[in-house]
Amino acid sequence: MNAPATPPLSALRPPSEALQWQPGELKFARLDQALDPAAREALIENLLQVLPAESVIVHQEGLKPYECDGLTGYRHLPAVVVLPHTEQQASQVLAICHARNIPVVARGAGTGLSGGATPHRGGLVLSTARLNRILSLDPAARTAKVQPGVRNLAISEAAAAHGLYYAPDPSSQIACTIGGNVAENSGGVHCLKYGLTVHNVLRVRGLTIEGEAVEFGSEAFDSPGFDLLALVIGSEGMLALTTEVTVRLTPKPQLARVIMASFDEVEKAGQAVADLIGAGIIPAGLEMMDKGMTAAVEEFVHAGYDLSAQAILLCESDGTPAEVEEEIGRMKAVLSNSGATDLRVSESEAERLRFWSGRKNAFPASGRVSPDYYCIDGTIPRRRLGQMLARITELEKKYGLRCLNVFHAGDGNLHPLILFDAAKPGEFETTEKFGAEILEICVEYGGTITGEHGVGIEKIDTMCVQFSVAERLSFFAVKHAFDPKGLLNPGKAIPTLSRCAEYGRMHVHRGELRFPQLERF
Amino acid sequence: MSQAIQASETSHAPKALLAGLSESQAAQWVEALAGRLAQAQAQGKSFAIEGHRSKSFYGEPATGEQVPLSMADYVGVVSYDPTELVVVTRSGTPIDHLESLLASKGQRLAFEPPRFGGKGTVGGMVATGLSGPGRLSAGACRDFVLGMTVMNAQGELLRYGGTVMKNVAGYDLSRLHTGALGTLGLILDVALKVLPVPAATATVCIACSQSKAIEDSNLWMAQPLPLSATAFEQAEPGAALGRLSLRFSGAKAAVGAAVELFTAQYGAQALVPAAADAFWLSLRDQTHGFFQPEASFPKLSLWRISVPGCTPALASLQDEPRGCVLEWAAGQRWVWSAKPAVQMQQLAQDHGGHATLYRPAQLAPDAKPAPRFTPLSPALHRLHLRLKDELDPQRVFNPGRLYPSL
Repeated sequence: MNAPATPPLSALRPPSEALQWQPGELKFARLDQALDPAAREALIENLLQVLPAESVIVHQEGLKPYECDGLTGYRHLPAVVVLPHTEQQASQVLAICHARNIPVVARGAGTGLSGGATPHRGGLVLSTARLNRILSLDPAARTAKVQPGVRNLAISEAAAAHGLYYAPDPSSQIACTIGGNVAENSGGVHCLKYGLTVHNVLRVRGLTIEGEAVEFGSEAFDSPGFDLLALVIGSEGMLALTTEVTVRLTPKPQLARVIMASFDEVEKAGQAVADLIGAGIIPAGLEMMDKGMTAAVEEFVHAGYDLSAQAILLCESDGTPAEVEEEIGRMKAVLSNSGATDLRVSESEAERLRFWSGRKNAFPASGRVSPDYYCIDGTIPRRRLGQMLARITELEKKYGLRCLNVFHAGDGNLHPLILFDAAKPGEFETTEKFGAEILEICVEYGGTITGEHGVGIEKIDTMCVQFSVAERLSFFAVKHAFDPKGLLNPGKAIPTLSRCAEYGRMHVHRGELRFPQLERF
Repeated sequence: MSQAIQASETSHAPKALLAGLSESQAAQWVEALAGRLAQAQAQGKSFAIEGHRSKSFYGEPATGEQVPLSMADYVGVVSYDPTELVVVTRSGTPIDHLESLLASKGQRLAFEPPRFGGKGTVGGMVATGLSGPGRLSAGACRDFVLGMTVMNAQGELLRYGGTVMKNVAGYDLSRLHTGALGTLGLILDVALKVLPVPAATATVCIACSQSKAIEDSNLWMAQPLPLSATAFEQAEPGAALGRLSLRFSGAKAAVGAAVELFTAQYGAQALVPAAADAFWLSLRDQTHGFFQPEASFPKLSLWRISVPGCTPALASLQDEPRGCVLEWAAGQRWVWSAKPAVQMQQLAQDHGGHATLYRPAQLAPDAKPAPRFTPLSPALHRLHLRLKDELDPQRVFNPGRLYPSL
């Protein structure tokens, strides 16, 4: 085979300048650089040669809906938005952008919470809205082949007639797309038992930035060579553009019942979670709300939550009626033993949904009690939950802002929701600092800065805390293998080394260096 | 897996951790390793990474030009918290050592990695990514990798992933190294997800044709049955019937109900637990007679065909003299054949899969060895080359072990 044309990153980087060095590809990392008008005109003209006019959006009113994703604090109008109907069209768009050095940001439903689909001002947004067909569904093989713009829930809806469903169920599943799920390696309430996106996808067909089609994985159980399927899943749109996904479908459980357990101390709830796992139980769902969140959601949904509880645990069992009966019995015994002050088991599907309704409405409920809220997504070992919530209570006092908490207790994914008022000057910045400090504590406790929302723009600074220089250079190296020019979703997820140095300086400037044992430089 | 958490992790670990290197011994060992790497780099040498060498038959053989680099002394469980479903182990640790520890807490590696000749290290397990019968229902080795510490050719330690299941920060480089046959770096520590041992297990057997076995095992996978593993054995080529074995694992009530259903309605025979355990172990560790070479068939090579489970019985293989074994609801098919590699690979690719030359027959002296793995598409091969050039440009780690160009 011929040697690849582009030299590897290590050949381009002078080792002595590692700390100050910035790969040339990161010249697009600043999202606010506009495209000069002549270049924009030429780009649009070129795009109109390969796409119908209605697939190319150029005027401001048309571009506005694409200026941000779920992270609404960061907005840029892109230079142009395209909505290809076919993989062939998408391929041609990428080839054009590659030739003209135009950054490309892919967008599914735009529900992402970390700015993964925030446009580049001088770049193109490629929407998968028209790549929205379920291509085939094979009940015997338990697979479905779908285009990236298909909604997560739509897959389960199509599979329902065969007693199957697509297991990863992020809270936004009614709107979010499978392409976005692949980019973020999305999870959901049931992921402890049923896995993340990476555990439920057999194959991703994608386009490189040059527009070349590649098959990652296959419909067989494995494929030869490196596990590029796993590499692409969770790569936040930075390695390839997904044009097809083959997902694994799971038999739909016959029955599900949920236990609502009240605790008079958060530590006891955290211990109960550890006790459940220690007893060899893998619940289908295990979620926690603290007292503040319970009060907010009870006002919103009136589900009959115990307002005096310091923490509420929702623990679900699914399977055949016999399996569920056995498991509910074991769960109740453990929860009782761990000090639950009250245990209620859902007696019907309607009641089960009612018990869950508060947890699922945590966001809108928070929106009712505060003009704005900021949702953090971090992960910690389960047994640290009590300590983490105690630290968050201290931080509430430090920053003068309230924080409500929901916790995917099953896998340690924590969602503090910081309540604030964006109209108050400086309050958003304070909120961001509060959030960043929470994430640093996550890393301190042996967790990670993101469980499921991705890094995007939002957590890019905290990547400096979680990863060393060498580790970040290896990420750049992987990126360089796929996209040497750095055109796919630039400026997201992996921070430049100089950015980390700036972030480090911010801490020193305050006169204190937190976590001195963590590598700065 | 930062230094900050290690102390607190061990304080939660069970008292009787298996004997392994102390933290300072491990650190010294790693430092010495980095030194060896630096030396090798300077001399333009490359390494053949070894554990117990129990899987040296798998993949392209080392050419003999590499310096052996043994990881077998880098042993020990770094941390184990059953309530977090995570164990962090050094790569030289024997697999069965790790499994004994997990069993003492009622937990296990649900993907059932093979222990060839009873041996195998955690590093080799992860580098090959091979999985056993449980893979059908629980997932493969790579599905259980939560994080990893690797050493690159510069002797730097790189920590990817972590010890928590949900971790989307950075690219999934832990999984990239899994199954890469050591060609991208040295695997040092591995964080693995563990699961509880099921409450109950039972196995039933049914006599049926290969086609029926393929169809039915997939049908039953789509139903709410606690089906954890399947195996179909057809010893006689052209025989009408073979033996389909089904393993049920999970809640007592569910397993009991499944056994009753299959014995009553499908005419299945339940196996005695000891026989059932022995049977699945013989498949997992490939001690089963089928996997042993037979002196009367010296020209046959053992092939592993990976295809979508519902793929019909492969017609061109029906006349192979030693029959076949199908696992994973027919997604992993084993056959002894003398057919040329190109033909076997094409056959698998025609059905959307790939073929691995698992154990080649003894070659005639003038014969050229066949490639072990199905070749990659040009686009995929390009990406592989670029990744190798980025992560191990000097070809220090296991060159040629996966494909000649890597």
